Amino acid sequence: MQCPKCHAPMHPYNRNGVQIEQCSNCRGIFLDYGELEALTRVESQWQQPAPPPPGPQAYPAPPAPAWGAPHGGGHGGGHYGGHGSHHRHKSFGHMLFSS
Amino acid sequence: MPALIPDPSLRLSTEISTATHQLLPDLTARAITAAHTQTPACPCTPGRATLTDRPDGTVVRHAATVAKAHAPHTNPTDLTARLTAATHLPGILLPPLDPTPVTLHDRQVTFWPYGTPVDPDDPDAAPWEAAATLLARLHRTPAPTPLPPMRGPLKAVRAITRLRETVGGHPAAVPVLHAWTLLPAWARAEAPQPDTTTLCHGDLHLGQLVRHPAPDGPWLLIDVDDLGVGTPGWDLARPAAWYACGLLPPDEWTRFLAAYRAAGGPAVPADGDPWPALDVPARALTVQTAALAIVKAVAAGRPLDEVEGAVVDACDRMGSVPPELTPGFAK
Repeated sequence: MQCPKCHAPMHPYNRNGVQIEQCSNCRGIFLDYGELEALTRVESQWQQPAPPPPGPQAYPAPPAPAWGAPHGGGHGGGHYGGHGSHHRHKSFGHMLFSS
Repeated sequence: MPALIPDPSLRLSTEISTATHQLLPDLTARAITAAHTQTPACPCTPGRATLTDRPDGTVVRHAATVAKAHAPHTNPTDLTARLTAATHLPGILLPPLDPTPVTLHDRQVTFWPYGTPVDPDDPDAAPWEAAATLLARLHRTPAPTPLPPMRGPLKAVRAITRLRETVGGHPAAVPVLHAWTLLPAWARAEAPQPDTTTLCHGDLHLGQLVRHPAPDGPWLLIDVDDLGVGTPGWDLARPAAWYACGLLPPDEWTRFLAAYRAAGGPAVPADGDPWPALDVPARALTVQTAALAIVKAVAAGRPLDEVEGAVVDACDRMGSVPPELTPGFAK
C-alpha cells in the first residue's frame, strides 16, 4: 500500500506480534481496525509482571560474518553505546558520511 | 576489463591546487548565474556557501542551485552517460538541471537543485529505510542508457594505493594490505564484476541522500560519479561493513536490510543469511575504510581512534577466514 501522507510505499512489519504498516519514507505508521487496541493490550501484558532483568542477548543478533566483531552480550564487542545508540562515537558519525 | 593503471586523479600536485584557487570563485559565479536563471527574482546577498572543497570534487551552493566541479580528469563521455541516467530515474536519483556538463578550468561542472541532506549532527535520524528502498528500486531498474561499470572497486584500489604510497610501513597497514590480497580479482578492479548489468550507485553513505524539494520532500540519491552497472551487493556493503565491525547497532542494520528486502532488492536472497552475497563487498569496504583511516590519522599526527581501530581489527580477523564465494542466486 501507499502512504496516505507522502505516497511512498508502506511496508509491513511485526511489532509485538501485531502486523503494522510503516512508510518507507516518512516512517508514519498505519494501523488497521483493532490493531491499536491489540498493541495496547500486548504492552500492558508486558508491564504487569515485573520485567525480567535485562539479560544478555534479549534478542538474537542478526547474522554477521566470521570476521565480524562480537556483537551484544556486553562482552567487549560493539562500539555503539547501548540501546538506541544515543552515544554514537563521533568518529563513527563522521564515517557514516564519508566516501 | 579494467586494468590497474596509475590513476591520474590520485595526483595531488600544485597544479591542481592552483587550479582550485581559481576554480572556487569561478564556480561560485556559475552557480549564481544558474540560480538566477532558475529564479530571476532571487532574494540573495552576494556570497556563497561552499559545501565541499576537496581535490576530488568541489561543490558550491547559491540559493536553490548547487554547482559541482567533478574530480580532475573525469571522463566527460562517462559523466554524460551517468547524468543522462539520472535524468531518467526520477524518484530514485536527483536529476541534474542540465544533463550536459560544462567545462571550467579543465574540470567538468554540473548543476543541480539543492536538496536537504541528512543532519550530520543527528545520525540517529538516519533514513535507513528510505536509503534501502531507493537502492532496491535502483537495482531493479534496467539501466536507461548504456553505462560504464560501477566504480566501487576502483575506489577501493585508490584507497589501497594511497595507503601503500603514503604510509605502507605503518604497523596497522599490515593487516589491511593482507586482507586486500585475499579479495577476489573483481573486488580489486582487476577483473569484471560478477554482475555486469545491474544498475548500482557505487558509493552509498549517508551523505548521498537528500530530501528534494527541500526541506521535506522525499529522499533521493545524489552523486552519480560512481554510478554504473555492477554487483549490487556493493551498495549495501558500507552499512554491512559498519555492522560487521561492531559500529552500526544490530537494530539499524536490521532495519536497513529488512527495508531492502521488502522493496524486492536483488542483491541478497529474499530471506535467510545475506552474508554469502555481502561478504566480499563488505570486506572490500572495510579494507577501503581502514586504509583511508590510517592515511588520515597519520597525516594528522595522531593514533587511530577506537572506531578506526575497530575497522583495522576487522581486517586483521579477515586474515584467518577466507572470503565466501559470491553466490549466483537467481535475481
